[in-house]
Amino acid sequence: MTPSTLAGLVGAALVGLGLYGLVLHPHPLRKLLAFNLIGSGVFLVFGIVARRGAAAGFSFDPVPQAMVITGIVVAFAASALAVALILRLYSESGRVTLDPDAWTRPGSEDAK
Amino acid sequence: MTADIATTTPGGFLLVLAVLLPVGGIILSFATGGRHAGQITLGLTPFGSAVACAIAFRVGQSGKPVFYAIGGLPPPLGIALRADGISAVMLVATAAILTAAAFYAREKFAARDVRESRSALTFWILLQAIWAALTIIFVGSDLFNLYVALELLTFAAVPLVCIDGRPETLAAALRYLLFALFGSISYLLGVALFYGAYGTLDIPLLAQRVQPTPVVWTAAALITGGLLAKTALFPLHLWLPPAHANAPAAASAVLSGLVVKGSFFLTLRLWFYVLPALPTGQVAAALGGLGSAAVIVGGVLALRQARLKLLIAYSTVSQIGYLFLIFPLAAGAHAWSTIGWSAGLMQVLAHAFAKAAMFLSAGVLAEAVGHDQIAKLVGAARVLPLTFLTIALGGLSLMGLPPSGGFSAKWLMLQASVASGQWIWSLPILTGGLLAAGYMYRILTPALSDGEISMESAPRRYQETIAFVLVMIALALGFAPQAFFDFIEIGRPLAGEDPS
Repeated sequence: MTPSTLAGLVGAALVGLGLYGLVLHPHPLRKLLAFNLIGSGVFLVFGIVARRGAAAGFSFDPVPQAMVITGIVVAFAASALAVALILRLYSESGRVTLDPDAWTRPGSEDAK
Repeated sequence: MTADIATTTPGGFLLVLAVLLPVGGIILSFATGGRHAGQITLGLTPFGSAVACAIAFRVGQSGKPVFYAIGGLPPPLGIALRADGISAVMLVATAAILTAAAFYAREKFAARDVRESRSALTFWILLQAIWAALTIIFVGSDLFNLYVALELLTFAAVPLVCIDGRPETLAAALRYLLFALFGSISYLLGVALFYGAYGTLDIPLLAQRVQPTPVVWTAAALITGGLLAKTALFPLHLWLPPAHANAPAAASAVLSGLVVKGSFFLTLRLWFYVLPALPTGQVAAALGGLGSAAVIVGGVLALRQARLKLLIAYSTVSQIGYLFLIFPLAAGAHAWSTIGWSAGLMQVLAHAFAKAAMFLSAGVLAEAVGHDQIAKLVGAARVLPLTFLTIALGGLSLMGLPPSGGFSAKWLMLQASVASGQWIWSLPILTGGLLAAGYMYRILTPALSDGEISMESAPRRYQETIAFVLVMIALALGFAPQAFFDFIEIGRPLAGEDPS
């Protein structure tokens, strides 16, 4: 097994694990962590694309590296925004849930 | 091969200007603070609209896409901006709706004191950011560049949902963000696979190189799945109704009218511009099937809503379903696929204007009566005649009754489905119209019946007028001449032809 193949498999496994967490965990913070796990897997795939020189025919392609850096910045900004929303939601209502019915059900006012 | 596509055309600088105007506005707004951000945005709207019209004029005049190579480096080395018929039309529609939303909101976010100025600053900056992001989406020609634009759009749209800071709006925004993040990371993985396979992400170059290999199908599936989550196509629509219904009216109009169209536009770019040469029949049928399900499910759920804004939001879910019927109805290079293409684009525009008008009217109503419970709106049409006229005319377009853009769209869709022998698609088209008639009836019956309603404040006349003008545009689209349909064909590659 070449290092590229191994890294590719690890990337795929990270994406799979993250997807599982994103879909199944109800808590927003866990969902956010799962999203970051998927992100790591995707960045690893970019790394392999760079190492294999893509289809451009180079022995080593720098373009995917540039994309990964942009991708990391975007993922970081997204995580920061999500954490800010979670914190704000907690400080406003004292709980963190994504269930839309929780806010319209009778009695939801007590929780504030 | 690349020589004919890779040179900057006259007027190419207009594309850069279209992106730079709102970005410049954002920077200026940050520098001057909340007190001036509103004036800057309002001052920007005529210039932004003028640039959008100039691009449309340029495209129509030359009959070819306007192209700009950034830094003078043509793809694959550099990044290109490219505006074809549909980009130009979407740019103009974006400018019109954002202008309307900005003028509608100018008092609510006027920043008279320090406490107000923070949410005002946020609102105006986000509005300009949505403008910038949508412009890049419409003129971008590089899949990774488009990814960044898509993210900008999400980051601008999510905080707009929770701008008033109530817990339920924060929860709605968080749900929206998590769906959008799934969408963006899936899109990014697809981009990585495309780059790994072909070494370029420029749309015309990629279109020349793609082959029906497993990696291309995987990449296309990942990108499509991601975009569907952001477009809120059934069954990924769960985030949309709470998010769109809880935002301030001006923001709802922009989110429902324009923002979901951004990711839909990229889905069109992928299947009709990157992969037109591939046999995509089954994919088109699958997307059409999801669209049909969305039309029905969204319509039925809209019938069950107690709040007006939630009803309009579920109606958006239903109308988004119509957009995806474009995939089976415009596939390939047949005589009918042109009709399907015209129908799809007409639906995008008609829904954008009609839905923006309806959300703005719902905002006027909620402000005047203090709530938007449909059952308690008895007699409301008597005190707010213009607003209910706007809502009813918007409903006319949603149902697909003539004369309206919605009628043209659905009529052309029916024509395409019959002409192509895919009559099965005419069932959701017609059922969706009936469902729309049902939920419009639910709004209008109490409003038009006899009764007394207590008003909290007088409606603002200019807000009613803005919504009315938007709905009149949606109706006027029903009279679009043939030249308009020729215009949106500009730059569309057909299956089996050289996409350049």
